[in-house]
Order: sequence, then structure tokens, then C-alpha cells
Amino acid sequence: MTPEEWTAVRLSLLVATTATLASLPFGLAIAWLLARKDFWGKGLLDTLVHLPLILPPVVTGYLLLITFGRRAPVGAFLADNFGIVFSFRWTGAALACGIMGFPLLVRAIRLSIEAVDTRLESAAGTLGANPLWVFATVTLPLCLPGVIAGAILCFAKSMGEFGATITFVSNIPGETQTLPSLIYTFTQIPGGDAGAFRLTLVSIAISMLALLGSELLARRIGVRQMAA
Amino acid sequence: MSLEIDVDHTRGSFRISARFSAAPGLTALFGRSGSGKSTLVDIVGGLVKPDRGRVAVDGQVLVDTERNVFVPKHLRRIGYVFQDSRLFPHLSVRRNLLYGRWFNRQAAATSADLASVVDLLGIGHLLERRPASLSGGERQRVAIGRALLAHPQVLLMDEPLASLDEARRAEILPYIERLRDEAGLPILYVSHSVAEVARLATTVVILTEGKVTAVGPVADILSQADSGDGGSVLDAIVSRHDEAFELTVLTSRAGELQVPRLNAPVGGAVRAYIRGRDVMLSLKPPEEISALNVLAGRVVTVVPANSGGQAEVRLDCNGDGLTARLTAKSVQRLGLVPGLPVYAVIKSVSFERS
Repeated sequence: MTPEEWTAVRLSLLVATTATLASLPFGLAIAWLLARKDFWGKGLLDTLVHLPLILPPVVTGYLLLITFGRRAPVGAFLADNFGIVFSFRWTGAALACGIMGFPLLVRAIRLSIEAVDTRLESAAGTLGANPLWVFATVTLPLCLPGVIAGAILCFAKSMGEFGATITFVSNIPGETQTLPSLIYTFTQIPGGDAGAFRLTLVSIAISMLALLGSELLARRIGVRQMAA
Repeated sequence: MSLEIDVDHTRGSFRISARFSAAPGLTALFGRSGSGKSTLVDIVGGLVKPDRGRVAVDGQVLVDTERNVFVPKHLRRIGYVFQDSRLFPHLSVRRNLLYGRWFNRQAAATSADLASVVDLLGIGHLLERRPASLSGGERQRVAIGRALLAHPQVLLMDEPLASLDEARRAEILPYIERLRDEAGLPILYVSHSVAEVARLATTVVILTEGKVTAVGPVADILSQADSGDGGSVLDAIVSRHDEAFELTVLTSRAGELQVPRLNAPVGGAVRAYIRGRDVMLSLKPPEEISALNVLAGRVVTVVPANSGGQAEVRLDCNGDGLTARLTAKSVQRLGLVPGLPVYAVIKSVSFERS
């Protein structure tokens, strides 16, 4: 593999990991809200979360561009006040990936939270645990397999994200050129087939490792919970 | 400690309207399934917010809808033992037991208590196991221990024995008695079993379709016709064991009773529960009959039952109350009227240690 290819692989891993870890707390909070609470606008929130799943990725990327771009309202605010810049940076790629993976993350976590017996949660409440502690000590451990599954889905989605990323942060080698972007580039130049093929193999390997890892982790947790 | 409840609550088409106050000791909420017992306990536990009313434990107000007070359940210091135990499946028995300690401000004082609670409930050998591997009886004992170690001000027990078979029940009942007598903890105990209530309760509250229909000491309430099978409770002392016939002889105010050998020490207190339909009445001292137990008394009242051609005859046996359930025809044939001396033949007794 060429240095250019290695850079794209490393960048993709960084972007996908960042996207997954950064969206996890938000995903947990929103999944919990959707699973356990009734409030005004719940249907709207549910729709919003699922939007990236049904919109064309290019549309999501364009929406990000006009929201988080350097001169767009939110983008300018974040850049001026916190020094956080998304446009044409790898952080922007992570943002795009996180948003594209978010529906998968929330869906998996929500289902597993709904499977946790609320009677156990109220029992924890009677023992003196406030709602936050109940979540941390009862709900979270019991829905952990679902959280891991959701995180892996989000990671896999991030590794493969192309449309929203390239629309939002373009295809800059070393900064925003992720694995799919580079494969796309290779297909556009003469003699790029070998590179595209190598990266395809790498992509398959990473996806399978992630899936295998999540299976093992989920099984270990499952065994621990059921163990005598 | 005292427990004061005065609440109204509507759940779907079912309406609860309950008002009572309970003396220290074990208060049994007694009634058929669907009479609102569990909802009432959930209200005390903070799992259900009543539409209207007031709940106070020991003068401390937990709920007062008029003053907009609703103490959330994690601040109530209640120990709630659920019918389905609700142990945390991802924690060992030890960590289940200590769960409440994380949140208790007097945590420092509890390290010694784990040992005493484990000892009280006989669960020392289970500490490192997971709830999934425990039997129903073991699970319920761990659930009781977990509730106790949260240092509650009041213990709520919602049919803690309902999911268990007879043998397991017998295993746990003594522990609940010890809690009532040794731990000095006020207990609100839900049950639909007369035998359990007769054995455990200090005060009985009878719920019928969401309403309190009777409140009072166990012996008074259980002898009332509307409390189920109209049985009587007699407090007695073990006076001796008759090993040759495997019998135990008890002394109560009403007289001497002989029962199948009890595993209780001489001088120990027992509480006997006699169902109304297990009592026959005779106008003369019965002779040459198989029943061992015959008590002399006087008729106090004759209460016709609502249906079925039956009647409850309440007797005064030297100060102890005894109720017989007879057919209306027998009442008429014997000419039973208040004041008439009669002999009660007791066919069968459930004798419970107390």
C-alpha cells in the first residue's frame, strides 16, 4: 500500500472512532428519552433523529454545509467563540459521519433500553438511587449489549460514509480524504484499479473485525450477567 | 411509629378510596386480588402518585396533595420487597444486598449490618452467586435483605410469598416474624392468604374493591364474616408435648387444645387459626367422638350470611372469640340464640407459631 492509502485508512479510523465516541453520549440520552419518557414533540424528535437515514446523503451533507460552514450561522459562532471549525477539516468528516450513523446508534440503544425491565428500575429507586444513578447502575449495564451493537453500527456506517462527507468537507488528501473518498478518486483516474481493490480489501477486513469484536464483547457481557 | 393513609386514586375504571392509620408492628393489607392492595402499597412506596390525599410515616409527610408535597421514592427511606423479588440480574447477591448502601448517608454504620442481616436470613452461602441461579425462596430472602440494608424507616412487602410453594413459604415465614419482633421495623404487608395474615399481623386492614371495610387487631378482624372464610385466631402457650401420640398440648383462655406435634418449645407462644367451617356446635358435651378438641362457650351473635343458606355463629369461650360457620338449618334446629351455652367441636386447626 502506498503512503497515500495508509493515510486514508488512518484518517478513516480516526474519523469513525471520533464520530462514534462523540455521538455515544447524545445517542444514549436521546434513546433514553425516546424509550422512557412521554413529552410534547417526541414524534418530531424521533423523526429528526431518523432523517439522515431517509434523506439522500448529499442532502444531509449540503444541510451541514449551510449550517456548519465557516460563514454559516452555527459554524461562524462555534469558530469565533470556541475555535471549533468543521468545514474542510477532518472534524467535519467526523461530524458528518456521526450524524449519518446517529439513527442506527439511537435505534439499537432505544430497543435495548425498552427491553430493560422498568420494575428493576423502580426497585432501584426504592433503594435510594436517584434517576441518574438508576440509569448508571441498572439501565446502562443491562442494555450494554445493545449499546455496543449500536456503536458498532455507527462505526461501520462512519467507515463507509461517502456522500455527506464529500459534500460537506470535500476530498482533501491528508485532511478529509477518507477510505471511500480515496476509492472514489482511484476509480476516476486511469490505472487506479489496483489501489481501489487494495482499499476495498482493507475496508472489508476492518468491517469484519469490528463485527467480530462486537460479537465477542456482547457475548462476554451476556455471559457475565447470566453467570452463576 | 405509625402509618397514616388517606388517599383517593383512580386507575382506569378502578377507584381506590382508602383511609386508615396503623399501630406499630405488622399491618396486613388483606383482600382479594384486584382489591387495590398493591396500588395502595405503591402509593406508600412512591411508585404511584395518588390523585388526592395524604400519606405520613411517623409524622413525616410523604404525600400531601393539598400542600403539593410528593417525596420522590429514592428519598423516602422505604424498603420495598416485591412479589417478584426484582433482584438485579447483573449483580452478585452481595452487591444486590449492598445496593442501597451506595445511596445511604449513614453508610458507615452498615458494614456490621451486612453480617447480621445475612445471618438473620440465612443467606451467607449465597453471597457470591448471581440471582439467576437462586431458588424462589432464596431470591425472596435476598430481596428482603436488600430492602433491610437500605436502612428503611418502614418495610413494604407486597405478597412476598405469593410466588412460592408451601415449603418455601414455611422457610421464609419465620424470618418475617423475626423482623417484626427483633428488628422493630414497622411493616406494611400485602396478602390474600388468611393463614399468613393470622400468623403475622398485628393490625389487619381489609380492602374490598378499593375501600377499607375493616381495620383493627388481628383477632377481632379475622373473626368477622366478611374477612374471607370467617376464621378465629386464638393465642395459646405450648404446655407439653405428648410424644407417644405425636401431639402437642396447648393452653389458651378458651381451654386446652391438642394438635399434631409442633416444633415449638414448651412455654412458647403460638397462634392458632381455626376456620369457621371447621367448627361444629353441640348443645350437650359430645361423648365418644373422634375430635380431640372441644371447647365450651356461649353464643354471642348469630349472623346470617348474605347467600348460600349459611350463618356465622360467634361464641365467647371464656374470653376468647370463636366463630362457627353453620347452615341456617342447623342454627334453627339447635335454636341457637345469644346467651345459649354450647360446645364447639374443632375438626381441624392450623397452628402457627408466633
